[in-house]
Amino acid sequence: MGWNGIPILTLITWAPFVGAMLIMFTARHHPLAVRLIGAVTTGISLVLSLAVYLAYDTEAAGFQFYEKISLVPPLGISYEVAADGISLILVLLTSIIIFSGVFASWTVQTRSQEFYALLLVLVTGVFGVFVSLDLFVFFLFYELAVLPMYLLIGIWGSSAQVRPRGIFGWAMRETGVGSKEYAAMKLTLYLLLGSAFILVGILALYMAAGGSSFSFLEMEGAAFDPVLQRWVFLLFYVGFGVLAGIWPLHTWSPDGHASAPTAVSMLHAGVLMKLGAYGIVRLGMGLLPEGTHDWVWLVGTIATINIVYGALSAMAQTDLKYVIAYSSVSHMGIVMLGAATLTEAGLNGAVFQMFAHGIMTGLFFALVGLVYEKAHSREIFKMGGFGRMMPGIATAFTLGGLSSLGLPATSGFVAEFLTFLGAWRSAHSWWLFPAVAGTFLTAVYVLRVVKQIFWGEVPAHGEFHDLPDARGPEWVALVLLMFVIVLFGMVPWIAVYPIDTATVPLLTRLGVRP
Amino acid sequence: MNAGTLALAALGLPFCSFVLLAVVPPLRRAGRVAGALSIAAIGGSLLASLVLGRTLPRESVELTWPWLPAEGGPMATVGILVDHLAASMLVLVALVSFLVQLYSLGYLEHETPPALGRYYAYHSLFAFSMLGLVLASNFLQMFIFWELVGLCSYLLIGFWYTKPEAARAAVKAFWVTKAGDLGFIIGIVLLWGQAGTFQFSGLFQMAADRTLPTAGLALIMFLIYLGAVGKSAQFPLHVWLPDAMEGPTPVSALIHAATMVAAGVYLVSRVYPLFLLTPDVLALIGWVGAFTALLAATLGLVQADIKRVLAYSTVSQLGFMMAALGAGAAAAGFFHLLTHGLFKALLFLGAGAVIHAVGTNDIWKMGRLYRAMPQTAIVFLVGTLALAGIWPFAGFFSKDAVLAGVWEGGLTTPFLMLALTVFLTAFYMFRVVFVVFFGNRPAEGHPHDVPLVMSGPLWILAILTLGWGISLAASGGEEKAHGPEWIPWLASGLAVAGIVFAWLTYQKRAVSADALARTFRPLYVAALSKFWLDDLYGGIYRGLLLGFSRLVGWVDRYLVDGLVNLASAWTLRWGDGLRRIQTGRAQDYLYGVAFGLLLVIVWSYWR
Amino acid sequence: MGLQPYLILAACLFTIGLFGVLTRRNAIGILLGIELMLNAVNVNLVAFARFTGETAGLIFALFTISITVAEVALGLAIVILIFRVRRTVEADNLDLLKG
Repeated sequence: MGWNGIPILTLITWAPFVGAMLIMFTARHHPLAVRLIGAVTTGISLVLSLAVYLAYDTEAAGFQFYEKISLVPPLGISYEVAADGISLILVLLTSIIIFSGVFASWTVQTRSQEFYALLLVLVTGVFGVFVSLDLFVFFLFYELAVLPMYLLIGIWGSSAQVRPRGIFGWAMRETGVGSKEYAAMKLTLYLLLGSAFILVGILALYMAAGGSSFSFLEMEGAAFDPVLQRWVFLLFYVGFGVLAGIWPLHTWSPDGHASAPTAVSMLHAGVLMKLGAYGIVRLGMGLLPEGTHDWVWLVGTIATINIVYGALSAMAQTDLKYVIAYSSVSHMGIVMLGAATLTEAGLNGAVFQMFAHGIMTGLFFALVGLVYEKAHSREIFKMGGFGRMMPGIATAFTLGGLSSLGLPATSGFVAEFLTFLGAWRSAHSWWLFPAVAGTFLTAVYVLRVVKQIFWGEVPAHGEFHDLPDARGPEWVALVLLMFVIVLFGMVPWIAVYPIDTATVPLLTRLGVRP
Repeated sequence: MNAGTLALAALGLPFCSFVLLAVVPPLRRAGRVAGALSIAAIGGSLLASLVLGRTLPRESVELTWPWLPAEGGPMATVGILVDHLAASMLVLVALVSFLVQLYSLGYLEHETPPALGRYYAYHSLFAFSMLGLVLASNFLQMFIFWELVGLCSYLLIGFWYTKPEAARAAVKAFWVTKAGDLGFIIGIVLLWGQAGTFQFSGLFQMAADRTLPTAGLALIMFLIYLGAVGKSAQFPLHVWLPDAMEGPTPVSALIHAATMVAAGVYLVSRVYPLFLLTPDVLALIGWVGAFTALLAATLGLVQADIKRVLAYSTVSQLGFMMAALGAGAAAAGFFHLLTHGLFKALLFLGAGAVIHAVGTNDIWKMGRLYRAMPQTAIVFLVGTLALAGIWPFAGFFSKDAVLAGVWEGGLTTPFLMLALTVFLTAFYMFRVVFVVFFGNRPAEGHPHDVPLVMSGPLWILAILTLGWGISLAASGGEEKAHGPEWIPWLASGLAVAGIVFAWLTYQKRAVSADALARTFRPLYVAALSKFWLDDLYGGIYRGLLLGFSRLVGWVDRYLVDGLVNLASAWTLRWGDGLRRIQTGRAQDYLYGVAFGLLLVIVWSYWR
Repeated sequence: MGLQPYLILAACLFTIGLFGVLTRRNAIGILLGIELMLNAVNVNLVAFARFTGETAGLIFALFTISITVAEVALGLAIVILIFRVRRTVEADNLDLLKG
């Protein structure tokens, strides 16, 4: 059970939940206590994830730190958790992001108690998805991760200005495009639509496997009918793909991320989108080898569309948060492309990109939050010359941007490069070219934004005076994220070793030896 | 200490300095202390490189560590490869870096301490990256450091980031070189697909054994060459280099003259055995190089900004090196890289001294500076003579070797272009010399010679330029070209003709510059407009790229998302219609229940 | 006597109760109607228990009676609360659920 008798994955998963309960019941009217409880409980998760990460035995590989508690024996539902190389790195990502998120939203004023509680509940769901081996519990955690988002965006979000135009202008007016309520509703509906697909897929597999167990490990052994595999893979692809932001089901993401408060954007773009990709890799590719082979052409091709289309859309935005949100759409394309290559390099790249993009976009959204909080503006082309006033934020933003455009010595490069290698070795080698073009487009929009906001002179209209740089707790978030970006860019093998132990068996089951 | 340790020390010192400056803000904000640390580090690197150059073993030394693991052995490694090529480049880079960093202490004395600290942090990072590039033992590592020096170039061009021109130039430099790097990275990936390794030694072995599949190799090598086109400012991607002069002058000297822009040439030299397998690509490199040399020389004729003249001459000289590589004279090309690194750094630092003293870049606002700053004038003249290719300066020998190599390589037309360039080079460089240091109008202000911390590096470079040339002349030169006897004479004659012509035009005023401009009016106008290339790229960027992105953005917001909103709006409308049957009265609902029950009963009865 | 008269009685009771629930305007009247419907069920349960000899029906009837008591108590409490707030127990006026 667990690790040396300690149920370590359970502790990681539920520590934030306990924190949420503590916050709700003990810390009423004590804003500082709320934050401290949040920091401590997520800190516990962070330390334990690091411990798990270090203790993982790459020689033995496979699922480790296994725990199992039977919940509903007649239906074969049990609380079954374990971690392999892929979950390991994603658990680490989650704990880093939530830990920094707690610090990045230190200044939330309204109803901070409920805010932190919901945030922590959400993160329990995320941890749970990454470590669950029981598909039923997996789905429960998945919903737990998705639903608090509605409240978090609807209550603490901010609205953007979108002009209703075009032939569907009336529809946009009617739905209230741009408001935070609209964004919250859109995101929730979209993700629930995805969940519906996933639930059908899971139940179909459960029934096909004999209806006696929801355990991933047992389903892995079952050989499903190829026709079933084909359809269930499609269900999983669409269902999880919504969350992973696949084109053309991505439009919840810019609105949602732009409206969400800082920590929620960080968590959502940084981690939740990875739930989608993780689901496709773990359930889709892990359980349905033949279904995977039937559909990789679609997955990869749509991924290349994501990369280029997302980057071009990002270039067209004038709202800073929308730029970052669309960049997530583009980068998730790299993840999906890497997975679709069905090569060792590509799959390692995909998982690495999940991690790299999570950290990078977490940093981005933290910074955007800081800039917005200080300058009260998200309009890129009204800002300018902030570098002199906030050198720390400018440095961090540049570093995040460099990782985003795949500059070597940042984690983004390793991920993209591995994906490129995989793309070329895959059955559809032309995928390489749009992927590489995407990095150039990213360079264009990222540096354009950096130049516009941080370089040059402060605009003369005098709206931006003596804006302060990041302070105290905010630095904790920025420094931690920057450190991780550079560390994993310079010594990528610390992540690639464990990832490789999980991807190679996966590819073996898929029948493609690296 | 063995070669590997020395190379690692040379690489590690600037890295440590950078890390210290990056993570210890008080140290960085101390300004000159940060400078001292950085200079000490690069001084150590220089020492290590010099010792390494002395004690270099005959065969190359290679050390590797796994970097990207994969099943069955690492798929990529990092490591160092030290051979004669790397060692010579190492000394050049460390030397110029050291001198430039020293010089910057004087040049940037008016900067605030935090800005100075930032400057030296960037410099340390650059030194580390450039040395890493030189020592790279495989393509992937080469690319990593390749991009890092590009980053440093971006950061240092944009050092005065509040200046809009500097910001624009920095971004432009990054984008244009990145465009070339797209080819580079695709080439690397394709080559890996072909050979399964990034390792230079492995690839060379395969090339020697003829086990490297040659199908598509020409395309791959062309793509890799594209990286060099961007970084070494070859036509048509040379447009960023003149704009890069917005950075501080020492930066231009180090990055945009001596070291980073030569990285493309170094890359081609480094993997020359692979390029030898693809003669077509080599010929292309030769032609493009010669064309770049000529084009940049014509552009250099009309510039009024002293740094831009030097920038175009850099582009032109890089064209020389590339032409030599393309013609098969790799040694000559690399030789020219080394000498050019010295005298072009000298010229830039000299120009920096002039700018520092006069406070402007415009040569027409300078004049008779020979009186006010004799030291600077002398060293600048040394550099100019070397660039023009006058015996016995180092530039004479390397340029001679290049010309001979191109002639021997059978590239006759490129040879003629280069010969014409020799004449033009001498002409536009001496145009600068006569206008700035002699001429008949005195400069504005009260110029004076620069302090020792700046003049020291100038003298060292001048002495090296001259001393290397003299030693070559004395020894007869083992690197002496093997071309026909008449080539040195032709080159010298053209250079002297250029100088005389410049003297007649700008000193004696015997030939009117305006008349010349009128005579060659189409060329003059074209050169002033930079052959419209910048406008073309600007149009592509603004019209094509941004326009297309706006289209995609519009499609996304109003069509793709529009459909989603349409579905949602329809749902809302239907809901609005159906809402009316909800009266809110419990009894109405009960009627519904009762009626439904009745229906069920009736249905079950009649079934 | 056979089972039928009991069932007819129960059906009548149920229908009368339903009629009361649907047509009464007063909330108390509606509650009374619900009581009648529940008792119709009780009659059914007891009748079937008597005729099949199973005691489960009797037990269920007892359950229903006790639940009915609770239900009436709760229902009246709600009606009183509504009266306090709205000053009326006319069912037509209680349309907060109106869409």
